[in-house]
Amino acid sequence: MAGKTKVGVLALQGAVREHMQIMEQLGVEPIAVKTKEQLEGISGLIIPGGESTAIGKLLRQYDLRGPILDLHAEGKPIMGTCAGLILIAKHIQENDEAHLPLLDVTVQRNAFGRQVDSFEADLPIKGVAEDFQAVFIRAPLITRVGEEVEVLSTVRDQVVAVKQNNLLGISFHPELTEDTRFHAYFLHMVQDKIEKQP
Amino acid sequence: MAQTGTDRVKRGMAEMQKGGVIMDVVNAEQAKIAEEAGAVAVMALERVPSDIRAAGGVARMADLTIVEEVLKTVSIPVMAKARIGHFVEARLLESMGVDYIDESEVLTPADEVYHIDKSTFTVPFVCGARNLGEALRRVGEGASMLRTKGEPGTGNIVEAVRHMRMMQSQIRKVTGMSRDELMTEAKELGAPFELLLQIHETGKLPVVNFAAGGVATPADAALMMHLGSDGVFVGSGIFKSSNPAKFAKAIVQATTHFEDYALIAELSKDLGSPMTGIEISKLAAHERMQERGW
Repeated sequence: MAGKTKVGVLALQGAVREHMQIMEQLGVEPIAVKTKEQLEGISGLIIPGGESTAIGKLLRQYDLRGPILDLHAEGKPIMGTCAGLILIAKHIQENDEAHLPLLDVTVQRNAFGRQVDSFEADLPIKGVAEDFQAVFIRAPLITRVGEEVEVLSTVRDQVVAVKQNNLLGISFHPELTEDTRFHAYFLHMVQDKIEKQP
Repeated sequence: MAQTGTDRVKRGMAEMQKGGVIMDVVNAEQAKIAEEAGAVAVMALERVPSDIRAAGGVARMADLTIVEEVLKTVSIPVMAKARIGHFVEARLLESMGVDYIDESEVLTPADEVYHIDKSTFTVPFVCGARNLGEALRRVGEGASMLRTKGEPGTGNIVEAVRHMRMMQSQIRKVTGMSRDELMTEAKELGAPFELLLQIHETGKLPVVNFAAGGVATPADAALMMHLGSDGVFVGSGIFKSSNPAKFAKAIVQATTHFEDYALIAELSKDLGSPMTGIEISKLAAHERMQERGW
């Protein structure tokens, strides 16, 4: 295959730079995605943390929803962190409309409280690490998981990381620490998919 | 063990606001309009800066019923302003669950020597700065986010541009210096040495830096993004314009797509009139809010 693997980072708003830096560190080419044209040629997509309502509006204003759903239909892995998790959830509590209804879960926004309740904690994450330093900022929780969804991690007995086929959804921010193991896990999914292609 | 109020959690909150617009609002109705337009946070105030200017007298922390009303109305983060040095106002705002406190020169300072020791708070703080020394003194006190001071309530972008250009140029200078020049530079700037060393090594500020003070149009917001701002605060610019909902939406889009000139041109049509601006040289020395803070 010619050239480096390209992974997109949705760049409408939020912690874009951090995800891009980690991708670079792990040897793939990060692409900042603001328009649908920039989705072409990428092998996976990260939807970063930020404000889900703001990103959700910009997704609609620039017709990015269809092309991202198509990307998923092609089997390309998508990872949503914090706001990104809210954006790819099928159901959002107290919200009529999902943004990108992909991941079969229900999420509750700001589930831990306000900013003063934001915290960091070391978590075991299945298949990733025993002691991952997870940063939760006005974080959402996963309050229901569908049948095909595998739970990767919990905090206070509540679900904060899940996997469903080519989708990863997490409540916390792996991009805010030096620990690249979660991103490496996602890249593994991306590489797997590339290798399986005819 | 779960830990709250760490630097990572406080600074991380500001990282999530990057590329976004934070809007001043004075009631629940305006907060709703801001959220609807795609604001990443709202700043709950009693008066926007241009009205504070017009009213004169002592400007204090907002009436807490307004803050409470806004907290109840929107699901995006809510910020509020405390007077420089008034740590009790800040504690009250923290106890109400405000997500970010702006220790702000827009209000009348409560202390003419000392700023709040922000490192002792669980809630994060944003502070204004005109240059790198001021910015790093605030970070040294525990600020988790910075913004230019600009000249609030004027609708005139010139001061925000001056402050952003100054900071960026000072960062470039420090990055290019040799290590043995840094202590004298720290002395000249009045900046903590350790933080200057950090900039020397990383080439950037340790916290997010937004533009504030004079943003009135979509083009103003895009200009500040080009100059290296991580995002934009809009104070009087939205609700003093002739069509707040439209202005708010246009400024959000211009901030995200600051390099797409055709789009910003399109957004700028039929917007109605922006807030009335003030020429900075027409302000008397005591009317310049940017001089407040030390």
